Order: sequence, then structure tokens, then C-alpha cells
Amino acid sequence: MNDREKKENYMTKDTENIIVVKNLMKKFGSFVANDNLTFEVRKGEIFGFLGANGAGKTTAIKILSGLSFPTSGDVMVAGYDVYKERELVKKNIGYMSQKFSLYEDLTVRENIRFYGGIYGLSSKYIKEKTEDLLERLKMKDIQNSLISSLPLGWKQKIAFSVAIFHDPKIVFLDEPTGGVDPITRRDFWEMIYEASNAGITVFVTTHYMDEAEYCDRVSIMDKGRIEGMDTPGELKRQFDAQNMDEVFLKIAR
Amino acid sequence: MQNQTEYIVEVSDLKKTYEKVEAVKGVSFNVSKGELFGLIGPDGAGKTSIFRILTTLMFPSSGDVKLLNYDVVSEYKNIRTNIGYMPQRFSLYQDLSVEENLAFFARIFGTTIEENYDLIKDIYIQIEPFKDRLAGKLSGGMKQKLALCCALIHSPDVLVLDEPTTGVDAVSRKEFWEMLIRLKQKGITILVSTPYMDEANMCDRVALIQNGEIMSIDKPEAVIANFGRKLWAVKSNNIYQLIQDLRSIDFIDTVFPFGEYLHVTAKDLDLDLKDLKLRLKEKNHSEIEILEIEANIEDCFMELMTK
Repeated sequence: MNDREKKENYMTKDTENIIVVKNLMKKFGSFVANDNLTFEVRKGEIFGFLGANGAGKTTAIKILSGLSFPTSGDVMVAGYDVYKERELVKKNIGYMSQKFSLYEDLTVRENIRFYGGIYGLSSKYIKEKTEDLLERLKMKDIQNSLISSLPLGWKQKIAFSVAIFHDPKIVFLDEPTGGVDPITRRDFWEMIYEASNAGITVFVTTHYMDEAEYCDRVSIMDKGRIEGMDTPGELKRQFDAQNMDEVFLKIAR
Repeated sequence: MQNQTEYIVEVSDLKKTYEKVEAVKGVSFNVSKGELFGLIGPDGAGKTSIFRILTTLMFPSSGDVKLLNYDVVSEYKNIRTNIGYMPQRFSLYQDLSVEENLAFFARIFGTTIEENYDLIKDIYIQIEPFKDRLAGKLSGGMKQKLALCCALIHSPDVLVLDEPTTGVDAVSRKEFWEMLIRLKQKGITILVSTPYMDEANMCDRVALIQNGEIMSIDKPEAVIANFGRKLWAVKSNNIYQLIQDLRSIDFIDTVFPFGEYLHVTAKDLDLDLKDLKLRLKEKNHSEIEILEIEANIEDCFMELMTK
């Protein structure tokens, strides 16, 4: 990517909102899991969605990915309404979680083909893109290995590639690097940067506070509310903190 | 062999093989009485295998392993009554209440909650308001506290905790380590595993483990002192581009993102900072910052991994 392209990419980043959430409420009985959330995410942005366990992150991600209805509020994802256009929302997003993302008893190649098929891509396209992907991941040699035989770090790289195989507008990553070794964790973040540079919006949760620093903007939830949202640099200034770890402790403790 | 210090755990050339996979490849270490010992490494490093062997849930393929001077193979029954074990997966009875779980664990070890209440008091009072709630209905943080209480209720000499902080948020992690420090002060020997490198600093000694092998074993400050080369933190207006550009410079060795900076090592002992700054300016970087820093445990871990 040359400078001009990057600049254009940055410009679009600045103008186009790919996620728009206004006064989102989600209640389970009397329990308020998401309390009046309002935020926007720009196209191509790496948006860190942080919070303590039980703060309401998973609930919000489920709503944003069309798996659960809000109790009230407006939520637009990739230009679609999560109340009325859930299937279109799902088609335009990718999702990867720490726990389940690939079929252990299928090979690397089979997993890629399966996900490509689910998103309705043609066999020819899947075949071409798979070759390209295996090349880039340097995984040609293991394309016919079962996922179960691979180290966690490799699995997570494949899982991420599969999650963006259909060129979604947004990819949701739920603790993608938990338990991964420190070098692979950093390789993984370089893949995230790459995707973001290619215009894919990245919505990511993590418990590693150094990873919060890699995000363009970060929101921090506590007890169902967003208590801080800005660039890491600005949050550190606001909360008079040395690093994001301190910001997090000041908000969530 | 004569022991100068009293070792609570003695592991010598431990190997564990599952079918074709060698999960633990000849690991040796000792843990002294009252020590807080950390096994630091990613998933798949062999941490759980080692802990399952130490807690007599599984036999080693080979090697000598002793806990409290008892052999884990021939004298496993003596070990079981004297250790507390918190497995990685929540393993309490979900359909019993908080109090019932605790009473159950006390009773199978032939004791009562009252007898050892002092030991768990600090932790238990935090979940006591919910003592009638089913364990399955607790939040993650409360489950963890209950599991720790259940592992402690028979006043064990050794506590073995398998990744107690994995998937736990930064605040709860901090609180958990504060609890461990307090338990250590009561004289309990603690073995704990974690994939979070920053937690190494809370331990008396750590073993850095990867692919079934211990890469380094020492006090955290000694591990850091052994880093053995200079390290710089570098940043500019475009961090992503900076990674690529630094890697293309011939005298740069490793480049790793670390929060808002990149951590960089040089192929030679030192780095010509002026030259580096100039080269980065040529590549259109601005707001360039370069400072020499001290390595942390994660730097050391990555250095050992690439060796």
C-alpha cells in the first residue's frame, strides 16, 4: 500500500461509521446487562472493547452480531438494522472466539472450505483463495493436518483467517490471544493490523492490557456501562495513568 | 543426596508422553518450603501435565517426582491428604450451594469448616453473603474464590493452582495475587501456573516453560538480569509501518510490539542511535522516540524462545 492509498484509507476511516449504537439497553429480567450504551466505530478502525468479567461485553457483542435483540435503543451494524436485518448483519461480519472457532476433527483445508461454503462463496473462488491463504500463512505443508494436531497459536491464526475469508466489513474477536505464547500473540496482532489496513474494521476484546495500546480507540465497560472511551493516549491523560493497565484498574476497581 | 534446604517438591528428569506427543521432555526443579513458585508459559507448554503428575492424578512416563518427600507413584496416598489442588476448569459441584461445597470438601478430608476457618477467612467473607447460592450460579470471580477456599479447607502444606487467572480480568487477577501473597505469609508452599508473563514478578522463583522444556529457572529479577543484551523502546507516528521499516534495517535484530512502543534489539552489542533516527526519518517517520530500557519477563521469554 503506498502513501496515497494509506491516506485515503485513513480518510475513510475518519468519516464512515460502520457501527452506530445509540442508547442500547439490554435487560435480563431486572438485571441490566447493557445500560444505555452509545458509541460509534469507524471503518477500518481497531476498536478495543474492554471490561471486567461480567461487565456486559459478551451481551453487547451478541447484539452487534445479530444473535440477540436489544431491549431498546438503535443499533446499526455495517449499515443494517439489528432488529430487522439480522441476516444481512451476519453476512457482513466475521466472528472468532477463543473457545470455539474451528472443527478439531477437520483438516486445515477442510475448515477453510467449510466456512467459505457457509458464506456462499463459489468453489472456484474458495479454491483460489485457499491457495493464496495457505501460502501467506506458510501452512502449505500442514494443509491436510487435523486442526486438533496443531499448536494453539497456529489454530488462532487459521481461525482469524477463516473469520475474514469472506471479506466481511467487520470482524469481532473475542479474546483471540488468551493463552497464546508471546511471540505468536504479536504475530497475531500484525495480522490484525494488516486486516485493518485492508479496510476491515476490527472489534476486539482482550485481558492483555498491553494489547489495548495497539487499538486505535478503546472503550472500557464496568457494570453494564461504558466508563471510558478514547484513544489509549487520551485515556492515559484523562485518568492520569502510566499505561492502560492503570487506566483499567482506576475504572474497574 | 543431602538436602541443605527443605524441599517440598523435587522433580528430576520428568518426562510425560501421550501416544506420540512428548508433552514434558525431561524437566527438573525443586521448590523450597514456603516458596511461591511460578510455572510461566503458554497453552500446550506442559504446565498442566506437570501439575497433574505432582498432584498424583497421573503417572509420569519416567523420572523421579517427590512431594513432601513422598514418591508420586508408590506413595501417592500420603500426598493426596496434604495438598490442595485447584484445577484449571471449575470443578466444584454446581448443584450444591457455596456452603455445601465447602462443608463437603472439609468432610472428605476429615475436618470441619470451623477447624480451619482462620485460613480461609479473608477469602470466604467475600463470598459469605452468597453462601446459600448454588455454585453454578456464581460469577467467575466468586467461583474462583470458592474453589480456592475448597482447596484450602483441610489446611494443606502445598497448594497447586493450575492457571487460576486465565481469562480473568486485570482487576480480579490483581486481587487473586494479593490473596496468594497473604497465604504465602501463612507458610503455605504455593505452585502456580500462568500464561500471563507479568505475573512472574509476584513469584519468588519462576520456571519459564515452552514445548515441554524449562528454558530458564530463577528469581524473576535474575531472569531479567540474564537477558544479556541491550534493549530499546522505539515509537513513531506510524507504528505499523515502523515494524516493517525496522525489520528491513540490517543492524536490527528483533522487533516486537509492546504496548505503545516497539521493543528492539540490535545484532551488535550497541546501536548508533543517530544513524537509526536518520534512517527512520528517511522513511518518513516523525515523532520518533528511542530510549534504552530494561527488559521485562516477557522480553526474556521471547529471547529464550528464539534462541
